[in-house]
Amino acid sequence: MTLQRPPKRQLRPLALVNARLVDPVSKRDEIGGLLVDDGIIRDLGPQIGRAHVPEEAEIIDCGGHVLAPGLVDMRVQLREPGEEHQETIETGSLAAAAGGVTSMVCLPNTDPIIDDVAGVEFIARRARETKRAKIYCYGALTKGLEGKDIVEMGLLHQSGALGFTDALTAVADAQVMRRALSYARTFDLLVVQHPEEPRLAAGGAMNNGELASRLGLSGIPTCAEVMMIERDLHLVRMSGARYHVAHVSTAAAVEKIRQAKQEGLRVTCDTAPPYFSLNEAEVGDYRTFAKLSPPLRGEADRRAIAAAVAEGVIDSIASDHAPLDVESKRVPFAQAVPGVIGLETLLPVSLELYHKGQMPLIDLVRCLTSRPADILGLPQGRLAKGAPADMVLFDIDRPHRIDVAKFRSKSKNSPYDARPVQGKVLKTFVDGRIVFAADTHA
Amino acid sequence: MTSTQTSRPSAFFPHRHLLGIEALNPSEISRLLDLANRYADLPKDDEQARRLLRGRTVMNLFFEDSTRTRTSFEVAALRLGADVINMSVGTSSIKKGETLLDTAMTLNAMKPDVLVVRHGDSGAVNLLSQKVDGSVINAGDGRHEHPTQALLDALTIRRRLGHLDGLLVAICGDVLHSRVARSNILLLTKMGARVRVIAPTTLLPGSIDRFGVEVFTDMRKGLKDVDIVMMLRLQLERMQGAYVPSVREYFHFFGLDYEKLSLAKPNALIMHPGPMNRGVEIDSEVADDINRSVIREQVEMGVAVRMACLDALTRPLTGYNGSGQNEPADLQNGGRS
Repeated sequence: MTLQRPPKRQLRPLALVNARLVDPVSKRDEIGGLLVDDGIIRDLGPQIGRAHVPEEAEIIDCGGHVLAPGLVDMRVQLREPGEEHQETIETGSLAAAAGGVTSMVCLPNTDPIIDDVAGVEFIARRARETKRAKIYCYGALTKGLEGKDIVEMGLLHQSGALGFTDALTAVADAQVMRRALSYARTFDLLVVQHPEEPRLAAGGAMNNGELASRLGLSGIPTCAEVMMIERDLHLVRMSGARYHVAHVSTAAAVEKIRQAKQEGLRVTCDTAPPYFSLNEAEVGDYRTFAKLSPPLRGEADRRAIAAAVAEGVIDSIASDHAPLDVESKRVPFAQAVPGVIGLETLLPVSLELYHKGQMPLIDLVRCLTSRPADILGLPQGRLAKGAPADMVLFDIDRPHRIDVAKFRSKSKNSPYDARPVQGKVLKTFVDGRIVFAADTHA
Repeated sequence: MTSTQTSRPSAFFPHRHLLGIEALNPSEISRLLDLANRYADLPKDDEQARRLLRGRTVMNLFFEDSTRTRTSFEVAALRLGADVINMSVGTSSIKKGETLLDTAMTLNAMKPDVLVVRHGDSGAVNLLSQKVDGSVINAGDGRHEHPTQALLDALTIRRRLGHLDGLLVAICGDVLHSRVARSNILLLTKMGARVRVIAPTTLLPGSIDRFGVEVFTDMRKGLKDVDIVMMLRLQLERMQGAYVPSVREYFHFFGLDYEKLSLAKPNALIMHPGPMNRGVEIDSEVADDINRSVIREQVEMGVAVRMACLDALTRPLTGYNGSGQNEPADLQNGGRS
């Protein structure tokens, strides 16, 4: 007796027509169509219209809206395993789909910490079960995030870890960081650093300066960031490793990274929307939703970050999604846990840079898609024949107010509630499947 | 030229000490290997050999624990008829610096002809050699050199494959902390072999590419088509997170097993300076493979090489004048070539 497997359910081919195709790799920005079969982009271009699609295909008229690669978010915390009351892989994926994010990389600061093969395999298994977004993880750089002993980077990478980081803490010991970078170089793996000199930042609640002094809060100086980056750059020079600086927030750090890139070091960096859209004044009357790590900086730094994204010194924009429960935020400012959610505001807040005329759309899309994918070694993040059909369709101009109450994320700690923005996600596709469709009457 | 109380360079071997491979040129290395090759073929109770160092004193001075190397030197000296004194100086009981030199002066007063010295600090043997009247053989100093190990490795290879030049040799493992690796790299490259080093980047010394070797961090690529695989010992305390995350990961990527070995030449030889960590840097079965592993032969050649070194350094005292006439007949004719 032979057991017959049920035939694999084939999705109908999909034809997206009348779309504004925006692809940062081919630098395409034109009206056309795109064909998907079996989860892969089979063809695209202006020649593909309603008349030229296969008979059996399902046709979606995009109404001339932007069809871009799905967003690739390099830095999220999904709180699973361990803190499922704040977020789960399931709710995080719903939020991602609603935000047009089709791939995301979560940090290893879960409970238990992702510092062994079992942890990486857990995330991989949960990612397979959750079909709304592609979920990857970084492994811890040091065991237990303790900053002492390096993890089994080779084995973790073989299990799927895309890079290594101690998440919210910098590796303080220069010798440990030197060896971690050197060991990562063995397999040419990416090391991601939270750039903050820990002793300088210890106890700090917000950006150092006049406002902190007036509020009576202890400050974290901007130099805490650039000092750590400078130290690491010396070690990168020595080891030849691939080094990525997460959430850059200061002008001084941008300058150092610019120089390092000119020198030819293998250095990349990202920032998160708060650092180019908000400044320290947001803290105002001790608003804990404006408490981040690194902290929101002064206006000059905010401008410098926006300019660095436009210029390309900052490679990528990540949501830095940090879901936190009410108890983490409804406390005196100094005691509040830093972090804000970002999956559902990543696109509209980033689009402010385009709407204000600071950078062309195609460059902004690159920061959100192909550039992070390239840094992570992922094939998605582009509209190209043969690429995975991960895409986002959005109305670039539609004005609306951010309504945190409607967010899919389990936690609501966003600093952007009621902010007027332009740009709304209409549909999100992962491997050719629609994983999110906006309520058309909204 | 006549010999005096203090040893001085002979024409056969124009060095007073053997501190490292660094100072030797290819013809000196060849001569030592030729001589060692003849000793390797002598019966262990050869009477003529036993007369060579009669009345001479060889002192083994080991500041670091060692059984294999010290015993090997001891056996070599005894086969040449020397009086052997073993001094084991625990590192814990001795203070560094001045005390090392104090020890040297004390021992020098006892007029040893040859001092065989091992010390945990790079350069310590060199320092000591400047303060004594006899010859000094470096039996390993820190991470610097271990010349007799490189010579015995070379002799083992030569006796198996007939030559050194043109061979492709992979040295795998903890190159950073290994004096064996440094001496072997120097010797093999001087003798015309091509050397590859294979290790995780944390276990490679800085600027190792300037040593005239090819550097690999992928063992599968590094072992491709090599004639010799030399494994290095990885000390346990170095594989718990500081240099290497775990034994499991190290063995997975850098341990020699049959699968990785299959990328080397079909009859590639496997060497290890010992003592081995089975299941860490080398699979037990591979280590015991009588067709491939020459690890036991290395130990055997160790005695022959050390006999040759003791002989070469004491030749002014034994009256050798460089013409070859004084060489024992057995040694002239007993070798392979």
